[in-house]
Amino acid sequence: MSLKLKALLKSPWVFHLSTGSCNNCDIETLDCLTPRFDIERFGMLLVGSIKHADVLLVSGSCNRMSVERLKILWEQVPRPCLVIGIGTCTGSRGLFRDSYNCPVPLDAIIPVDVYIPGCPPKPEAIIAGVVKLIQKVGGA
Amino acid sequence: MGKTVIPIGPYHPLQEEPEFFTLTVDGETVIDIDVRIGYNHRGIEKLSESRVFENSTFLVERICGICSTSHPYAYTRAVEDIFPMEVPIRAKFIRTIIAEGERIHSHLLWLGLAGHFLGYNTVYMWAWKLREEILDVMEILSGNRNNYAMFKPGGVRRDINAEDIPICLKKIDSIVPTLVMLKMAVLDDPVLHARLKGVGVMSYQEAIDFSALGPTSRASGVARDVRKDSPYGAYDELDWDMIVTENGDVFDKAVIRILEMFESIKITKYCLEHLPDGPIDANIKDVPVGEGIGHIEAPRGETFHYVKSDGTNRPVRHKVRAPTFMNLPTYKATVKGQTISDATIILAAIDPCYCCTERVAVKNEKGVRLYNGQDLVRLCREKTDRMRKGMAPK
Repeated sequence: MSLKLKALLKSPWVFHLSTGSCNNCDIETLDCLTPRFDIERFGMLLVGSIKHADVLLVSGSCNRMSVERLKILWEQVPRPCLVIGIGTCTGSRGLFRDSYNCPVPLDAIIPVDVYIPGCPPKPEAIIAGVVKLIQKVGGA
Repeated sequence: MGKTVIPIGPYHPLQEEPEFFTLTVDGETVIDIDVRIGYNHRGIEKLSESRVFENSTFLVERICGICSTSHPYAYTRAVEDIFPMEVPIRAKFIRTIIAEGERIHSHLLWLGLAGHFLGYNTVYMWAWKLREEILDVMEILSGNRNNYAMFKPGGVRRDINAEDIPICLKKIDSIVPTLVMLKMAVLDDPVLHARLKGVGVMSYQEAIDFSALGPTSRASGVARDVRKDSPYGAYDELDWDMIVTENGDVFDKAVIRILEMFESIKITKYCLEHLPDGPIDANIKDVPVGEGIGHIEAPRGETFHYVKSDGTNRPVRHKVRAPTFMNLPTYKATVKGQTISDATIILAAIDPCYCCTERVAVKNEKGVRLYNGQDLVRLCREKTDRMRKGMAPK
Protein backbone atom coordinates (compact mmCIF):
# COMPACT_ATOMS: atom_id res chain seq x y z
CA MET A 1 0.00 0.00 0.00
CA SER A 2 1.32 3.38 -0.95
CA LEU A 3 2.08 5.90 1.76
CA LYS A 4 -0.52 8.25 0.30
CA LEU A 5 -3.25 5.68 0.58
CA LYS A 6 -2.21 4.71 4.08
CA ALA A 7 -2.43 8.32 5.22
CA LEU A 8 -5.75 8.75 3.48
CA LEU A 9 -7.34 5.90 5.37
CA LYS A 10 -6.54 7.47 8.74
CA SER A 11 -8.98 10.29 8.19
CA PRO A 12 -10.88 10.05 4.93
CA TRP A 13 -12.37 13.39 3.94
CA VAL A 14 -15.46 12.98 1.89
CA PHE A 15 -17.08 15.02 -0.83
CA HIS A 16 -20.73 14.39 -1.40
CA LEU A 17 -22.27 14.43 -4.83
CA SER A 18 -25.93 13.98 -5.61
CA THR A 19 -26.51 12.89 -9.19
CA GLY A 20 -30.28 13.06 -9.22
CA SER A 21 -31.24 11.38 -6.00
CA CYS A 22 -34.45 11.80 -4.05
CA ASN A 23 -32.52 13.57 -1.30
CA ASN A 24 -32.94 10.80 1.22
CA CYS A 25 -29.45 9.36 0.86
CA ASP A 26 -28.05 12.89 1.07
CA ILE A 27 -29.93 13.58 4.26
CA GLU A 28 -28.91 10.28 5.80
CA THR A 29 -25.32 11.16 4.91
CA LEU A 30 -25.70 14.46 6.73
CA ASP A 31 -27.34 12.55 9.57
CA CYS A 32 -24.06 10.67 10.05
CA LEU A 33 -22.47 13.98 11.01
CA THR A 34 -25.06 14.91 13.61
CA PRO A 35 -24.86 14.03 17.33
CA ARG A 36 -26.37 10.56 17.35
CA PHE A 37 -23.95 9.05 14.87
CA ASP A 38 -21.19 11.65 14.66
CA ILE A 39 -18.69 10.08 12.30
CA GLU A 40 -16.43 13.07 12.66
CA ARG A 41 -14.99 11.34 15.69
CA PHE A 42 -13.41 8.85 13.26
CA GLY A 43 -11.75 11.67 11.37
CA MET A 44 -14.29 11.73 8.58
CA LEU A 45 -15.23 15.19 7.47
CA LEU A 46 -17.57 16.45 4.81
CA VAL A 47 -15.62 18.94 2.73
CA GLY A 48 -16.84 21.63 0.39
CA SER A 49 -14.52 21.08 -2.53
CA ILE A 50 -13.63 18.00 -4.48
CA LYS A 51 -10.01 19.15 -4.37
CA HIS A 52 -9.86 18.53 -0.63
CA ALA A 53 -11.53 15.15 -0.80
CA ASP A 54 -10.18 11.63 -0.45
CA VAL A 55 -13.48 9.85 -0.87
CA LEU A 56 -16.26 10.67 -3.29
CA LEU A 57 -19.72 9.80 -2.01
CA VAL A 58 -22.13 9.50 -4.90
CA SER A 59 -25.87 9.19 -4.49
CA GLY A 60 -28.62 9.13 -7.06
CA SER A 61 -29.33 7.54 -10.37
CA CYS A 62 -26.94 9.53 -12.61
CA ASN A 63 -29.22 11.52 -14.84
CA ARG A 64 -28.04 13.00 -18.10
CA MET A 65 -27.36 16.47 -16.83
CA SER A 66 -25.46 15.53 -13.72
CA VAL A 67 -23.35 12.90 -15.47
CA GLU A 68 -21.54 15.69 -17.30
CA ARG A 69 -20.72 17.33 -14.00
CA LEU A 70 -19.71 14.02 -12.48
CA LYS A 71 -17.16 13.50 -15.26
CA ILE A 72 -15.73 16.99 -14.80
CA LEU A 73 -15.40 16.37 -11.07
CA TRP A 74 -13.79 13.00 -11.62
CA GLU A 75 -11.13 14.66 -13.76
CA GLN A 76 -10.44 17.23 -11.06
CA VAL A 77 -10.21 14.95 -8.08
CA PRO A 78 -6.72 14.43 -6.63
CA ARG A 79 -5.64 10.80 -6.83
CA PRO A 80 -5.88 8.42 -5.05
CA CYS A 81 -9.61 8.84 -4.65
CA LEU A 82 -12.04 6.19 -3.51
CA VAL A 83 -15.66 6.11 -4.59
CA ILE A 84 -18.65 5.05 -2.50
CA GLY A 85 -22.05 4.64 -4.09
CA ILE A 86 -24.81 5.33 -1.58
CA GLY A 87 -28.25 3.92 -2.09
CA THR A 88 -29.87 1.49 -4.45
CA CYS A 89 -29.94 4.11 -7.21
CA THR A 90 -26.17 4.02 -7.64
CA GLY A 91 -26.07 0.24 -7.68
CA SER A 92 -28.96 -0.82 -9.86
CA ARG A 93 -30.77 2.48 -10.46
CA GLY A 94 -33.62 0.94 -8.48
CA LEU A 95 -37.02 2.23 -9.55
CA PHE A 96 -35.46 4.51 -12.14
CA ARG A 97 -33.92 1.72 -14.19
CA ASP A 98 -36.34 2.26 -17.04
CA SER A 99 -36.27 6.02 -16.94
CA TYR A 100 -35.38 7.84 -20.13
CA ASN A 101 -33.17 10.20 -18.17
CA CYS A 102 -31.06 7.67 -16.28
CA PRO A 103 -29.33 5.83 -19.10
CA VAL A 104 -26.33 4.18 -17.42
CA PRO A 105 -25.45 2.97 -13.94
CA LEU A 106 -22.75 4.72 -11.95
CA ASP A 107 -20.04 2.11 -12.52
CA ALA A 108 -20.29 2.63 -16.27
CA ILE A 109 -19.05 6.17 -15.71
CA ILE A 110 -16.51 5.99 -12.88
CA PRO A 111 -15.04 3.03 -10.98
CA VAL A 112 -16.84 2.34 -7.71
CA ASP A 113 -15.15 0.82 -4.67
CA VAL A 114 -18.06 0.20 -2.32
CA TYR A 115 -21.82 0.13 -2.76
CA ILE A 116 -24.10 0.78 0.18
CA PRO A 117 -27.52 -0.61 -0.72
CA GLY A 118 -30.76 0.57 0.81
CA CYS A 119 -33.45 3.04 -0.02
CA PRO A 120 -32.24 4.99 1.83
CA PRO A 121 -29.47 3.18 3.73
CA LYS A 122 -29.57 3.87 7.44
CA PRO A 123 -26.72 5.92 8.88
CA GLU A 124 -25.47 2.74 10.55
CA ALA A 125 -25.24 1.11 7.13
CA ILE A 126 -23.35 4.08 5.75
CA ILE A 127 -20.85 3.91 8.60
CA ALA A 128 -20.50 0.15 8.08
CA GLY A 129 -19.90 0.79 4.38
CA VAL A 130 -17.12 3.23 5.08
CA VAL A 131 -15.53 0.77 7.51
CA LYS A 132 -15.67 -1.92 4.83
CA LEU A 133 -14.00 0.42 2.38
CA ILE A 134 -11.19 1.08 4.83
CA GLN A 135 -10.79 -2.66 5.46
CA LYS A 136 -10.83 -3.44 1.75
CA VAL A 137 -8.25 -0.86 0.79
CA GLY A 138 -6.18 -1.25 3.93
CA GLY A 139 -6.17 -5.03 3.61
CA ALA A 140 -7.04 -5.34 7.29
CA MET B 1 -21.05 50.29 -13.43
CA GLY B 2 -19.85 46.77 -14.05
CA LYS B 3 -22.01 43.80 -13.37
CA THR B 4 -20.68 40.57 -12.02
CA VAL B 5 -22.26 37.18 -12.33
CA ILE B 6 -21.75 34.80 -9.44
CA PRO B 7 -22.54 31.16 -10.10
CA ILE B 8 -23.74 29.08 -7.15
CA GLY B 9 -23.75 25.37 -7.77
CA PRO B 10 -24.70 22.98 -9.14
CA TYR B 11 -22.53 21.21 -6.57
CA HIS B 12 -22.16 23.64 -3.77
CA PRO B 13 -21.17 22.76 -0.22
CA LEU B 14 -24.18 24.59 1.17
CA GLN B 15 -26.83 22.76 -0.75
CA GLU B 16 -26.95 19.04 -0.67
CA GLU B 17 -29.12 19.02 -3.75
CA PRO B 18 -27.74 19.96 -7.14
CA GLU B 19 -29.10 23.19 -8.51
CA PHE B 20 -27.54 26.11 -10.29
CA PHE B 21 -28.15 29.73 -9.39
CA THR B 22 -26.73 32.69 -11.22
CA LEU B 23 -26.68 35.81 -9.11
CA THR B 24 -26.08 39.03 -11.01
CA VAL B 25 -24.54 41.44 -8.55
CA ASP B 26 -23.61 45.08 -8.52
CA GLY B 27 -21.02 45.47 -5.81
CA GLU B 28 -22.57 43.68 -2.86
CA THR B 29 -26.16 44.02 -4.01
CA VAL B 30 -27.95 41.30 -5.88
CA ILE B 31 -29.78 42.79 -8.84
CA ASP B 32 -31.00 39.66 -10.54
CA ILE B 33 -31.22 35.96 -9.96
CA ASP B 34 -31.73 33.07 -12.28
CA VAL B 35 -32.16 29.46 -11.34
CA ARG B 36 -31.37 26.52 -13.52
CA ILE B 37 -32.59 23.09 -12.59
CA GLY B 38 -32.57 19.72 -14.25
CA TYR B 39 -29.84 17.98 -12.29
CA ASN B 40 -32.44 15.91 -10.51
CA HIS B 41 -34.83 15.07 -13.30
CA ARG B 42 -35.65 11.37 -13.36
CA GLY B 43 -38.76 11.20 -15.53
CA ILE B 44 -41.08 10.08 -12.76
CA GLU B 45 -44.33 11.09 -14.47
CA LYS B 46 -43.47 8.98 -17.49
CA LEU B 47 -42.35 6.05 -15.32
CA SER B 48 -45.62 6.24 -13.43
CA GLU B 49 -47.52 5.52 -16.63
CA SER B 50 -45.79 2.15 -16.82
CA ARG B 51 -46.65 1.17 -13.23
CA VAL B 52 -49.92 -0.21 -11.92
CA PHE B 53 -51.84 2.09 -9.60
CA GLU B 54 -50.58 0.49 -6.40
CA ASN B 55 -46.94 0.44 -7.46
CA SER B 56 -46.93 4.11 -8.44
CA THR B 57 -47.24 4.87 -4.74
CA PHE B 58 -43.69 3.65 -4.19
CA LEU B 59 -42.49 5.63 -7.17
CA VAL B 60 -43.99 8.95 -6.05
CA GLU B 61 -42.51 8.31 -2.62
CA ARG B 62 -39.10 8.60 -4.24
CA ILE B 63 -39.91 11.97 -5.79
CA CYS B 64 -38.46 13.47 -2.67
CA GLY B 65 -37.05 11.93 0.42
CA ILE B 66 -38.31 14.58 2.80
CA CYS B 67 -41.80 14.71 1.31
CA SER B 68 -42.03 10.94 1.14
CA THR B 69 -45.49 11.08 2.71
CA SER B 70 -46.89 14.11 0.95
CA HIS B 71 -46.53 12.78 -2.55
CA PRO B 72 -48.06 9.33 -1.91
CA TYR B 73 -50.82 11.02 0.09
CA ALA B 74 -51.70 13.39 -2.74
CA TYR B 75 -51.41 10.58 -5.27
CA THR B 76 -53.66 8.19 -3.36
CA ARG B 77 -56.18 11.00 -2.90
CA ALA B 78 -56.10 11.60 -6.66
CA VAL B 79 -56.79 7.92 -7.36
CA GLU B 80 -59.56 7.88 -4.75
CA ASP B 81 -61.03 10.97 -6.41
CA ILE B 82 -61.60 9.11 -9.70
CA PHE B 83 -64.63 7.27 -8.37
CA PRO B 84 -66.82 7.68 -5.29
CA MET B 85 -65.35 5.79 -2.38
CA GLU B 86 -64.80 6.23 1.32
CA VAL B 87 -61.50 5.66 3.07
CA PRO B 88 -61.92 3.90 6.46
CA ILE B 89 -61.66 6.26 9.42
CA ARG B 90 -58.78 4.35 11.02
CA ALA B 91 -56.80 4.65 7.80
CA LYS B 92 -57.46 8.40 7.78
CA PHE B 93 -56.07 8.75 11.29
CA ILE B 94 -52.99 6.67 10.47
CA ARG B 95 -52.39 8.78 7.37
CA THR B 96 -52.65 11.95 9.43
CA ILE B 97 -50.18 10.64 12.02
CA ILE B 98 -47.62 9.82 9.36
CA ALA B 99 -48.16 13.12 7.53
CA GLU B 100 -47.75 15.18 10.70
CA GLY B 101 -44.71 13.18 11.80
CA GLU B 102 -43.18 14.03 8.48
CA ARG B 103 -43.98 17.69 8.97
CA ILE B 104 -42.18 17.73 12.31
CA HIS B 105 -39.05 16.08 10.96
CA SER B 106 -39.07 18.21 7.83
CA HIS B 107 -39.36 21.48 9.77
CA LEU B 108 -36.64 20.35 12.18
CA LEU B 109 -34.46 19.52 9.20
CA TRP B 110 -35.07 22.97 7.75
CA LEU B 111 -34.38 24.67 11.05
CA GLY B 112 -31.10 22.80 11.36
CA LEU B 113 -30.01 23.63 7.84
CA ALA B 114 -31.01 27.28 8.26
CA GLY B 115 -28.87 27.44 11.39
CA HIS B 116 -26.06 25.81 9.46
CA PHE B 117 -26.35 28.38 6.66
CA LEU B 118 -26.19 31.19 9.19
CA GLY B 119 -23.13 29.75 10.88
CA TYR B 120 -25.11 28.57 13.89
CA ASN B 121 -24.02 24.99 13.93
CA THR B 122 -25.36 24.54 17.45
CA VAL B 123 -28.89 24.95 16.14
CA TYR B 124 -28.07 22.51 13.36
CA MET B 125 -26.89 19.85 15.81
CA TRP B 126 -29.77 20.39 18.25
CA ALA B 127 -32.43 20.29 15.59
CA TRP B 128 -31.07 17.18 13.95
CA LYS B 129 -30.65 15.45 17.28
CA LEU B 130 -34.32 16.08 18.01
CA ARG B 131 -35.19 14.92 14.54
CA GLU B 132 -33.71 11.51 15.33
CA GLU B 133 -36.38 10.98 17.99
CA ILE B 134 -39.12 11.67 15.47
CA LEU B 135 -37.45 9.34 12.98
CA ASP B 136 -37.45 6.68 15.71
CA VAL B 137 -41.20 7.15 16.11
CA MET B 138 -41.64 6.84 12.37
CA GLU B 139 -39.49 3.72 12.35
CA ILE B 140 -41.63 2.17 15.07
CA LEU B 141 -44.82 3.03 13.19
CA SER B 142 -43.80 2.26 9.63
CA GLY B 143 -40.63 0.19 9.74
CA ASN B 144 -38.41 2.68 7.96
CA ARG B 145 -36.83 5.98 8.81
CA ASN B 146 -37.67 7.81 5.63
CA ASN B 147 -39.58 6.08 2.86
CA TYR B 148 -42.53 4.84 4.84
CA ALA B 149 -44.49 2.88 2.22
CA MET B 150 -47.61 3.27 4.35
CA PHE B 151 -49.97 4.48 1.66
CA LYS B 152 -52.03 2.64 -0.89
CA PRO B 153 -55.07 3.75 -2.84
CA GLY B 154 -58.02 3.09 -0.57
CA GLY B 155 -56.26 2.95 2.76
CA VAL B 156 -52.95 2.20 4.40
CA ARG B 157 -50.66 -0.73 4.02
CA ARG B 158 -49.71 -1.28 7.60
CA ASP B 159 -51.63 -1.01 10.84
CA ILE B 160 -50.39 0.65 14.02
CA ASN B 161 -50.03 -1.84 16.87
CA ALA B 162 -51.72 -0.82 20.10
CA GLU B 163 -48.61 -1.65 22.13
CA ASP B 164 -46.47 0.74 20.04
CA ILE B 165 -48.63 3.76 20.82
CA PRO B 166 -47.44 4.41 24.43
CA ILE B 167 -43.80 4.15 23.31
CA CYS B 168 -44.42 6.67 20.52
CA LEU B 169 -46.30 9.05 22.81
CA LYS B 170 -43.48 8.89 25.34
CA LYS B 171 -40.90 9.64 22.67
CA ILE B 172 -42.93 12.55 21.31
CA ASP B 173 -43.42 13.93 24.82
CA SER B 174 -39.72 13.64 25.49
CA ILE B 175 -38.80 16.02 22.67
CA VAL B 176 -41.21 18.78 23.69
CA PRO B 177 -39.06 20.37 26.45
CA THR B 178 -36.01 20.44 24.17
CA LEU B 179 -38.12 21.84 21.37
CA VAL B 180 -39.36 24.62 23.66
CA MET B 181 -35.78 25.39 24.58
CA LEU B 182 -34.83 25.42 20.89
CA LYS B 183 -37.74 27.74 20.17
CA MET B 184 -36.64 30.17 22.87
CA ALA B 185 -33.03 29.96 21.72
CA VAL B 186 -33.97 30.79 18.15
CA LEU B 187 -36.74 33.32 18.72
CA ASP B 188 -35.09 35.27 21.54
CA ASP B 189 -31.62 35.43 20.10
CA PRO B 190 -30.65 39.06 19.41
CA VAL B 191 -28.14 38.02 16.75
CA LEU B 192 -30.75 36.05 14.83
CA HIS B 193 -33.15 38.98 15.13
CA ALA B 194 -30.57 41.30 13.63
CA ARG B 195 -29.66 38.78 10.98
CA LEU B 196 -33.12 37.71 9.83
CA LYS B 197 -35.61 40.49 10.52
CA GLY B 198 -36.40 42.56 7.47
CA VAL B 199 -34.35 40.26 5.24
CA GLY B 200 -35.92 38.86 2.09
CA VAL B 201 -39.30 40.44 2.66
CA MET B 202 -42.18 39.27 0.52
CA SER B 203 -45.28 41.43 0.73
CA TYR B 204 -48.84 40.12 0.91
CA GLN B 205 -49.49 41.18 -2.68
CA GLU B 206 -46.31 39.51 -3.94
CA ALA B 207 -47.25 36.29 -2.19
CA ILE B 208 -50.60 36.40 -3.99
CA ASP B 209 -49.03 37.31 -7.33
CA PHE B 210 -46.45 34.54 -7.19
CA SER B 211 -49.05 32.07 -5.85
CA ALA B 212 -46.69 31.22 -3.02
CA LEU B 213 -47.68 28.21 -0.95
CA GLY B 214 -47.29 26.85 2.51
CA PRO B 215 -45.16 28.55 5.17
CA THR B 216 -43.74 30.87 2.52
CA SER B 217 -47.14 32.45 1.93
CA ARG B 218 -48.37 32.18 5.51
CA ALA B 219 -45.38 34.25 6.61
CA SER B 220 -46.69 37.07 4.41
CA GLY B 221 -50.14 37.01 5.94
CA VAL B 222 -51.85 34.81 3.35
CA ALA B 223 -53.97 32.43 5.41
CA ARG B 224 -53.84 29.45 3.10
CA ASP B 225 -53.61 25.88 4.28
CA VAL B 226 -55.17 22.92 2.53
CA ARG B 227 -55.70 21.27 5.90
CA LYS B 228 -58.08 24.11 6.83
CA ASP B 229 -59.41 25.12 3.43
CA SER B 230 -60.39 21.70 2.16
CA PRO B 231 -59.90 19.28 5.05
CA TYR B 232 -58.80 15.75 4.32
CA GLY B 233 -57.73 12.87 6.52
CA ALA B 234 -58.64 13.51 10.13
CA TYR B 235 -58.01 17.25 10.08
CA ASP B 236 -61.65 18.34 10.17
CA GLU B 237 -62.14 16.41 13.42
CA LEU B 238 -59.19 17.98 15.14
CA ASP B 239 -58.59 21.19 16.98
CA TRP B 240 -55.51 22.96 15.76
CA ASP B 241 -54.44 26.43 14.73
CA MET B 242 -53.12 27.72 11.47
CA ILE B 243 -50.05 29.85 12.11
CA VAL B 244 -50.04 33.07 10.12
CA THR B 245 -47.66 36.01 10.52
CA GLU B 246 -47.55 39.35 8.75
CA ASN B 247 -43.99 40.46 8.06
CA GLY B 248 -42.97 38.09 5.27
CA ASP B 249 -39.27 38.11 6.15
CA VAL B 250 -37.00 35.16 6.80
CA PHE B 251 -37.52 35.45 10.54
CA ASP B 252 -41.26 35.02 10.17
CA LYS B 253 -40.77 32.00 7.95
CA ALA B 254 -38.69 30.47 10.72
CA VAL B 255 -41.31 31.39 13.34
CA ILE B 256 -44.05 29.75 11.29
CA ARG B 257 -42.13 26.52 10.99
CA ILE B 258 -41.21 26.39 14.65
CA LEU B 259 -44.75 27.04 15.83
CA GLU B 260 -46.17 24.59 13.30
CA MET B 261 -44.11 21.85 14.87
CA PHE B 262 -45.99 22.31 18.13
CA GLU B 263 -49.31 22.11 16.28
CA SER B 264 -48.13 18.96 14.53
CA ILE B 265 -47.12 17.43 17.85
CA LYS B 266 -50.59 18.24 19.16
CA ILE B 267 -52.25 16.62 16.14
CA THR B 268 -50.04 13.54 16.23
CA LYS B 269 -50.64 13.00 19.92
CA TYR B 270 -54.39 13.43 19.58
CA CYS B 271 -54.54 10.98 16.68
CA LEU B 272 -52.43 8.40 18.49
CA GLU B 273 -54.55 8.68 21.62
CA HIS B 274 -57.89 8.61 19.81
CA LEU B 275 -57.08 6.10 17.09
CA PRO B 276 -60.47 4.62 16.12
CA ASP B 277 -60.96 0.91 15.51
CA GLY B 278 -61.96 -0.59 12.22
CA PRO B 279 -60.52 -1.71 8.89
CA ILE B 280 -57.52 0.06 7.42
CA ASP B 281 -58.14 -0.63 3.75
CA ALA B 282 -61.15 -0.18 1.45
CA ASN B 283 -59.80 -2.87 -0.93
CA ILE B 284 -60.11 -1.15 -4.27
CA LYS B 285 -60.42 -3.70 -7.04
CA ASP B 286 -60.55 -1.77 -10.30
CA VAL B 287 -60.14 1.87 -11.13
CA PRO B 288 -62.79 2.96 -13.65
CA VAL B 289 -62.37 5.46 -16.48
CA GLY B 290 -62.02 9.01 -15.22
CA GLU B 291 -59.71 11.60 -13.83
CA GLY B 292 -58.99 12.70 -10.31
CA ILE B 293 -57.06 15.34 -8.44
CA GLY B 294 -55.55 15.15 -5.02
CA HIS B 295 -54.01 17.95 -3.05
CA ILE B 296 -52.62 17.99 0.44
CA GLU B 297 -50.58 20.33 2.57
CA ALA B 298 -46.97 19.15 2.45
CA PRO B 299 -44.45 20.69 4.87
CA ARG B 300 -43.54 23.16 2.13
CA GLY B 301 -47.00 23.92 0.78
CA GLU B 302 -49.69 22.42 -1.34
CA THR B 303 -48.75 19.29 -3.27
CA PHE B 304 -50.98 18.60 -6.20
CA HIS B 305 -51.39 15.36 -8.15
CA TYR B 306 -53.55 14.66 -11.18
CA VAL B 307 -54.26 11.13 -12.36
CA LYS B 308 -56.15 10.08 -15.45
CA SER B 309 -57.35 6.54 -15.85
CA ASP B 310 -58.63 4.83 -19.00
CA GLY B 311 -60.05 1.81 -17.23
CA THR B 312 -56.86 -0.29 -17.35
CA ASN B 313 -54.70 -0.93 -14.31
CA ARG B 314 -52.23 1.86 -15.10
CA PRO B 315 -52.63 5.64 -15.19
CA VAL B 316 -52.53 7.13 -18.68
CA ARG B 317 -51.42 10.48 -17.34
CA HIS B 318 -49.97 11.44 -14.00
CA LYS B 319 -49.11 15.06 -13.29
CA VAL B 320 -47.26 16.24 -10.21
CA ARG B 321 -46.94 19.79 -8.98
CA ALA B 322 -44.71 20.20 -5.98
CA PRO B 323 -44.83 23.28 -3.73
CA THR B 324 -41.30 24.40 -4.55
CA PHE B 325 -42.36 24.80 -8.16
CA MET B 326 -44.56 27.69 -7.06
CA ASN B 327 -42.28 29.01 -4.33
CA LEU B 328 -39.10 29.11 -6.39
CA PRO B 329 -40.05 32.19 -8.49
CA THR B 330 -40.56 34.22 -5.31
CA TYR B 331 -36.78 34.61 -5.29
CA LYS B 332 -37.32 37.29 -7.92
CA ALA B 333 -39.16 39.30 -5.28
CA THR B 334 -37.14 38.46 -2.21
CA VAL B 335 -33.51 38.26 -3.28
CA LYS B 336 -33.30 41.38 -5.44
CA GLY B 337 -31.83 44.32 -3.60
CA GLN B 338 -30.34 42.19 -0.83
CA THR B 339 -26.67 41.55 -0.24
CA ILE B 340 -24.85 38.43 -1.38
CA SER B 341 -24.33 37.29 2.18
CA ASP B 342 -28.07 37.33 2.79
CA ALA B 343 -28.86 35.59 -0.49
CA THR B 344 -28.11 32.11 0.85
CA ILE B 345 -30.50 32.25 3.77
CA ILE B 346 -33.20 33.80 1.60
CA LEU B 347 -32.74 30.99 -0.90
CA ALA B 348 -33.01 28.52 1.95
CA ALA B 349 -36.00 30.27 3.52
CA ILE B 350 -38.62 28.76 1.24
CA ASP B 351 -37.26 25.32 2.15
CA PRO B 352 -36.56 24.53 -1.47
CA CYS B 353 -36.85 20.98 -2.61
CA TYR B 354 -35.49 20.50 -6.08
CA CYS B 355 -36.09 16.79 -6.26
CA CYS B 356 -39.78 17.58 -5.93
CA THR B 357 -39.74 20.30 -8.50
CA GLU B 358 -37.99 18.61 -11.34
CA ARG B 359 -40.83 17.06 -13.23
CA VAL B 360 -39.99 18.65 -16.55
CA ALA B 361 -36.53 19.32 -17.87
CA VAL B 362 -36.74 22.12 -20.39
CA LYS B 363 -33.60 22.32 -22.40
CA ASN B 364 -33.73 23.90 -25.80
CA GLU B 365 -31.29 26.78 -25.77
CA LYS B 366 -28.72 26.91 -28.60
CA GLY B 367 -30.71 24.27 -30.40
CA VAL B 368 -29.32 21.52 -28.22
CA ARG B 369 -31.78 18.68 -27.96
CA LEU B 370 -31.06 16.72 -24.86
CA TYR B 371 -33.26 13.70 -25.24
CA ASN B 372 -32.33 12.51 -28.69
CA GLY B 373 -31.28 8.98 -27.97
CA GLN B 374 -28.35 7.49 -26.16
CA ASP B 375 -25.72 9.88 -27.53
CA LEU B 376 -24.39 10.80 -24.12
CA VAL B 377 -20.79 11.30 -25.11
CA ARG B 378 -21.60 13.83 -27.83
CA LEU B 379 -23.84 15.75 -25.48
CA CYS B 380 -21.16 15.76 -22.86
CA ARG B 381 -18.59 17.24 -25.26
CA GLU B 382 -21.01 19.91 -26.45
CA LYS B 383 -21.70 20.96 -22.91
CA THR B 384 -18.01 21.12 -22.10
CA ASP B 385 -17.41 23.29 -25.18
CA ARG B 386 -20.23 25.57 -24.21
CA MET B 387 -18.91 25.90 -20.73
CA ARG B 388 -15.45 26.77 -21.98
CA LYS B 389 -16.92 29.69 -23.93
CA GLY B 390 -18.83 31.16 -21.00
CA MET B 391 -19.35 30.11 -17.47
CA ALA B 392 -23.12 30.31 -17.33
CA PRO B 393 -25.00 28.83 -20.27
CA LYS B 394 -27.61 31.40 -21.21
